[in-house]
Amino acid sequence: MLSDKDRIFKNLYGQHDWRLAGARSRGSWDGTKAILEKGSDWIINEVKASGLRGRGGAGFPTGLKWSFMPKQSDARPHYLVVNADESEPGTCKDREIMRNDPHLLVEGCLIASFAMHAHVCYIYVRGEFVRERERLQAAVEEAYEARLIGRDNVHAFPFDLYVHHGAGAYICGEETALLESLEGKKGQPRLKPPFPANVGLYGCPTTVNNVESIAVVPDIVKRGAAWFAGIGRPNNTGTKVFCISGHVQRPCNVEEAMGTPLRELLERHAGGVRGGWDNLLAVIPGGSSMPLIPAHQCDSLLMDFDGCRELKSSFGTAGVIVMDKSTDIIAAMARISYFYKHESCGQCTPCREGMGWMWRVLTRMAQGRAHKREIDMLMEVTTQIEGHTICAFGDGAAWPVQGLIRHFRHEIERRIDTYTASPHPEPVRVAAE
Amino acid sequence: MTKLVVDGKQIEVPPEYTLLQACEAAGAEIPRFCFHERLSIAGNCRMCLVELKGSPKPIASCAWAVRDCRPGPKGEPPEVSTRTPMVRKAREGVMEFLLINHPLDCPICDQGGECDLQDQAMAYGIDASRYRENKRAVEDKYVGALVKTVMNRCIHCTRCVRFMTEVAGVPELGAIGRGEDTEITTYLEQAMTSELQGNVVDLCPVGALTSKPYAFAARPWELGKTESIDVMDAVGSAIRIDTRGREVMRILPRVNDDVNEEWISDKTRHVVDGLRTQRLDQPYIRVDGRLHPASWPEALDAVAARLDRIAPQRIGAIAGDLAAVEEIFALKDLLTRLGVANLDCREDGSLEWARWRARTGLPWPRSPPRSPPNRGQAESGTATTSCTPRHRAWAPSMWVSRQVRADWVRRPWQRPGPSM
Repeated sequence: MLSDKDRIFKNLYGQHDWRLAGARSRGSWDGTKAILEKGSDWIINEVKASGLRGRGGAGFPTGLKWSFMPKQSDARPHYLVVNADESEPGTCKDREIMRNDPHLLVEGCLIASFAMHAHVCYIYVRGEFVRERERLQAAVEEAYEARLIGRDNVHAFPFDLYVHHGAGAYICGEETALLESLEGKKGQPRLKPPFPANVGLYGCPTTVNNVESIAVVPDIVKRGAAWFAGIGRPNNTGTKVFCISGHVQRPCNVEEAMGTPLRELLERHAGGVRGGWDNLLAVIPGGSSMPLIPAHQCDSLLMDFDGCRELKSSFGTAGVIVMDKSTDIIAAMARISYFYKHESCGQCTPCREGMGWMWRVLTRMAQGRAHKREIDMLMEVTTQIEGHTICAFGDGAAWPVQGLIRHFRHEIERRIDTYTASPHPEPVRVAAE
Repeated sequence: MTKLVVDGKQIEVPPEYTLLQACEAAGAEIPRFCFHERLSIAGNCRMCLVELKGSPKPIASCAWAVRDCRPGPKGEPPEVSTRTPMVRKAREGVMEFLLINHPLDCPICDQGGECDLQDQAMAYGIDASRYRENKRAVEDKYVGALVKTVMNRCIHCTRCVRFMTEVAGVPELGAIGRGEDTEITTYLEQAMTSELQGNVVDLCPVGALTSKPYAFAARPWELGKTESIDVMDAVGSAIRIDTRGREVMRILPRVNDDVNEEWISDKTRHVVDGLRTQRLDQPYIRVDGRLHPASWPEALDAVAARLDRIAPQRIGAIAGDLAAVEEIFALKDLLTRLGVANLDCREDGSLEWARWRARTGLPWPRSPPRSPPNRGQAESGTATTSCTPRHRAWAPSMWVSRQVRADWVRRPWQRPGPSM
C-alpha cells in the first residue's frame, strides 16, 4: 500500500484548500525556479529516468515523447497541449485533479513547457467539465497574479497558459482531433505521419499530454526520478490514480502504487465487490475501451500496464469498472458499443460503418435474437475495424466486443438457445442475398 | 530519388511521392474513393490500404509519403506489398463496410456504368451480404437546381466538400453530424452558388450527387464521345461531348493541366440545354409589348413590312460570336440586296479592346496564360480586369484564390487574422 508520504495528490478528495495558498502549503510552487535553472535537458532526462508512462491510456513513455520535440526552433513556436478532455467511461481522475489540486497541473505545465521550449500551453478541458474549468481558470489566474506564470514571471521564462473549453465530444480526446478542435475546426483525427511533434497545433511542433502525466511532473523533478521509479515495478513505475466504479461497496478514486493487485485495490479502498469476491463476474481494468477480464483471471491480476497486457487486456486510464454476477454482460457490452457508435467521428469507413453494425448485432444478441454463426461474424467484423482506421478509436471500440466473445461466448450461445427454445412472434432475420 | 520495393519490384521515385503514386509508378493498381489527384488528402475511405514491411497494421497509401518509410534493419529499401492476403482482406473488409449501408438501387441509379463503387465491388466485393440490419436511410438534400442528391448512396468520401472548399473556393458544402449519422449538406438546404458546382457530380464516386438536368437521360455505354474545346467563355476548356444518335446528351471536362485542369464551369456543362429544349423553334411577333406566336410567313411579312419603311443607312446587323459562317453569309447577302453596309461581328469587344489598349498599351490577351500564375502575377493580373473573374474567367480566378490559400496552408502561423 502506498504510504502517505509518497502521495502526489494530497488533496484528491477536496478536504483542503485548493487555492494557491493551500497548494503552497502542500509543496506546490516550491523551488520551481531552482528546477528550471537545472535546464531543459535535465528535466527531460529526469522524467525519462523516472519511467513515467503516459496516463492517458496508451502508456507511452512521457520523457521519450518530450524528447521527440525539436531541440532548436526553426522560427516556429513550440506548444504544449494538455489533454483534459477526459471522456472515457469509467474514468474520472483528471476531473478530481482539476477540481481539487489545479495548481499541481499549472506548475506541471510550466515545467513541461520549459523542458520543451514551449512558451505557450493550452489546456483543453472537456465540454461537460464546467465547474472544473472554472476552478482551473481561477488557479491559472491566481498563478498569473502571483507572477508564477505569465510573460514577465518570477521564473524568468515567459510563459502563457490558456484554458480552452471543448464542446463535449469523446473523439476530441484523441490528440490530433483535439488539435483540430483547438484550432477551431471540426474535431476529427488527423493522418499520421506527420506526428504532432513535427506538425501539430497551427502546424508547429506540439506535445499532447494527459492531465495526470503533467500533474505528477513537479513531484518527479523535485523528489527525484529514483523516488518515483522506486514505486511500483520496473517498466510500470510510480503512483496512479485509480477510479473504481461499478459493483463495489464504495466506488472511489484512490492514488495507489502501480502494480497493486486488483483484489487488494478493491478490498482495501472500495470495500470489496458487492456480495463478496466470489460474486465477481468480470472487470474492465482501464476504461470502457479495454477488453474485460473475467473473474477467474482477476485473482492474480496486477494493476499496471504489463499486468493487464499479459491477460490480453490493457491498463488504459486505470478506470476500473467492476461487474458482479447480477450483470447482463452482453447488454453491458452492447451499451458500450452504443457509446462508441454515438461518438465515432464518421471520418473513416471501418469505424463509421462498423460501429453501428456491432451495436445492432450485440443488441440482438443481448436478447438472444441471433444465430450462433453470427458470433464468429461479429468477431471478424471487429478485426476488420481494428487497425484499419485513422486513429485508435476503432481499436478501442473493437476490443470490448472481442473481450466479450473471447470470455463469454458460452453466455451468448446460452442466450440464443433460450430465445430459440421459446416461440416468438419475431423470428430471427436472415440477410438478403 | 528514393529506392523502394513494390511487390518485389525495385523502383526509384522522388521522396515526396505518396506510396499510392509510387505503387502506380511500379504498375500496381491501388483502389481508392476519397483520394483525388487535385484535392487535398483525406485518407478516410481506407480503400487504398497496402502492407508496409515492418508495420503491424496496413497503412493508407494515399497519405503515406515515401520519405516516411523506414529502411530495413540492414539499410535495405522499404518494401510495399499490394497483393498479399493481408491487403486483400483489409480491402474486402473496407468494401463490405461501404456496402452495408449502400442501397442496392444500381438499376435506377444514374451513376450506373461509371460508378467507382460498382467497379471496385467487382474486384473486392463479396457476393453475399452478412448484414442483417436495416440499411441507413438519409434524407435527400436540396443543393440547387443543377445537382441532384440521393444521400442514401453517399459513402462520405468528402471529395465534394474538399472540391467546393479548395477549388471552387466557397465552402458551401460540408459534413454535419458524426459517426454513421454524418450527412453532406449545404447546412441550411441552400442552393450552391459556385459557378463550378457541376464538377461535384463528376467527382462523386457513387450516385449520391448526380446531374439534375441529365437525370435518367442516358446510360454511359450508349454515348458516343467526341473531344472538343468549349466556346462558352474565354477559358477554352477541354471538353468531351457525349452524344446519343444525333443528340448531344451532356458535356464533361477533359484533362488539360494548363487550362481547365479537370473542371468546367456550369455554363459550359449545361449549355446542352440550349441545343434542344431551351431553344427558340418558332417566331414570335411583338404586338403592344407582348409576344405572340406566329407562323414563318407571318413573321417574314412583318419583317419585310418594317424594312420597307426604313432607309438602308439606318439599318444595321451584328452577327453573334456563335453564329455559323453560312448564317452570317446569308445575312450579308440579304443586307447587300437591301443596300445596307452596316454589318459587324464584334459584339462588344471593339469598345473593350480600345479601352484596354488606351490603358495598358498592350495587345488584347487572346488566350489564358499557359501556366497557372504565381501569386504576384495572379494578383496583378486580376487587378487589370474590369469584369468579375469568377463569371467571365473562372479558371484564372480559381488559380488566384487557390494560390492565396496555399500560402496560408504552407505557413499557417503567419496567416493574417485576429488570433495571431
